[in-house]
Amino acid sequence: MAGSDPTPQVVIRRSQLGRARGLGSARAGSGHWWVQRVTALALVPLSLWFIANMMRMEGSGAETVARWLHGPVSLVLLLCLIIASFWHMALGLCVVIEDYVHRESARLALVLAVRGGSVVLALLCTVAALRLGL
Amino acid sequence: MQDVRDALMVARTSEGKLVRRPLSPHLQVYRWPVSMALSISHRVTGVGLALGTLLLTWWLVAAAMGDASFAVVQGFLGSVIGVLLLLGWSAALIFHLFTGIRHLFWDIGRGFDDRAYRASGWAVVAATVATTVIVWLVGLVVW
Repeated sequence: MAGSDPTPQVVIRRSQLGRARGLGSARAGSGHWWVQRVTALALVPLSLWFIANMMRMEGSGAETVARWLHGPVSLVLLLCLIIASFWHMALGLCVVIEDYVHRESARLALVLAVRGGSVVLALLCTVAALRLGL
Repeated sequence: MQDVRDALMVARTSEGKLVRRPLSPHLQVYRWPVSMALSISHRVTGVGLALGTLLLTWWLVAAAMGDASFAVVQGFLGSVIGVLLLLGWSAALIFHLFTGIRHLFWDIGRGFDDRAYRASGWAVVAATVATTVIVWLVGLVVW
């Protein structure tokens, strides 16, 4: 082939096995997918319940919210909603970041910020709910 | 070669010459079917709802801190900006909920044929509009 020929050339110097190695095992790879689905399923009834309660309490004072959360059922359901929402949110945001942010350092920083932020917000909501309800 | 995937982008002509395969055009040349719009909207509303959790956190923490701080949140949510935020947040939540249910059906292998695909897409749009309107009508009557 002439040196000036612009046709592309392909040289793969590694075997298929060599290419697959080092990419991580598939054992834990589907965990993320499953948690995203299970939290989604839990959030279907929880969100509807939450919307209904927000409609009921619009414009009311803090003592109404406290009275609402004083029942063990509503407190536990709200805690379930908090955990499922923030977990679902952290996983979803990480997927979005991994899809669109290509620079490794920026991606890592954003993913860590999302995870840390989700934990802090979830704990704030949990402590506030417990303080209101207990 | 930059990437092993480049290997898939190269083929031989009938004369045995190596050529680069043509790439299909990107998003902007396609007509937008309902499923395409719903797919990206599902993602956009997901990110929007993540921002909305700040509002939820503020609301709960303020309620736990007492009447004075809670009155500030309730005042903000009752203002024009607050009502618009709540309208957007509730519509986004209801939309994401319905598209999410559609995704869960795909996960168990249902609803993939062309007609069901399009019908479920339009059903999601109709259900979102109807539910949001009902929620706000009931909400305004209670208010």
